Amino acid sequence: MLLSDFGRTGFDPFLEMRRMQQEMNQRLSGLTAGAQEFPPINLWMGEDSVAVSAELPGIAPDGIDLTVRENTLTLKGERGSPAESEKSAWHRRERPHGSFSRTVQLPFRVDPEKVEARFANGLLEVELHRPEADRPKKIQIKG
Amino acid sequence: MAQELKTTERQVPSKLDGSERTRSRPVFVPRTDIYETQDNVVLLVDMPGVASDGVDITLEKRTLAIRGYAADQQHENYGQVYAEYGAGDYERVFTLSEDIDRDGIEAAQKNGVLRLVLPKAAPAKARKIQLKMA
Repeated sequence: MLLSDFGRTGFDPFLEMRRMQQEMNQRLSGLTAGAQEFPPINLWMGEDSVAVSAELPGIAPDGIDLTVRENTLTLKGERGSPAESEKSAWHRRERPHGSFSRTVQLPFRVDPEKVEARFANGLLEVELHRPEADRPKKIQIKG
Repeated sequence: MAQELKTTERQVPSKLDGSERTRSRPVFVPRTDIYETQDNVVLLVDMPGVASDGVDITLEKRTLAIRGYAADQQHENYGQVYAEYGAGDYERVFTLSEDIDRDGIEAAQKNGVLRLVLPKAAPAKARKIQLKMA
């Protein structure tokens, strides 16, 4: 198959390389897209706290429902579809819509009273702290 | 109207044209909804982390380029342990098939979504030419 290709187009190693690169990119992008859940989150660890950030574009801050229980954080909400009353034709629909719910397991129990959440430009950031009683205590060894 | 110039999915590693960006941040292809109504072509572009002053839209002939520059997220005293998305800039280029009324373009960035309304240009009105009676 390759040989016949060369016969038609002449041998262009760069064309061939680009074609292979594109093919490879397509296959790899399929792999990563499978892991895509909405919303995508990042986790950050501090000393006695953990920060969860999520990409939630197009959702109003009051449209996000955040609940904390023991060591789980649940993000819930709904993203409306841009419904047009007038007749409209779609060219592209890539943005996910509908209701979503995601539960994140945190590395430790968190204090539900000490949760800070910020939302700006479609990025949600939640900072959760470990309760005072649960923090690891350093034990002094007597000499 | 939408024929995309870049074909890769979310990330743009394609440097097929040989050019490179001066910034070394990753660049993502933002997810986009495009629909057409009677009078407008509307684009909704997901660019989380981009404030309204970080959006750069250019329309040259029929090439519409959308760029979004996200502010850096600061996490002092924190170390990242898990990641599903990356911070970076956004870039996407479309070729429009409609004629657009350039003066009527509206753009608004809210909650990380860019809404771009491109009014279709009114078709050139047919003019009737009267013949003068000699």
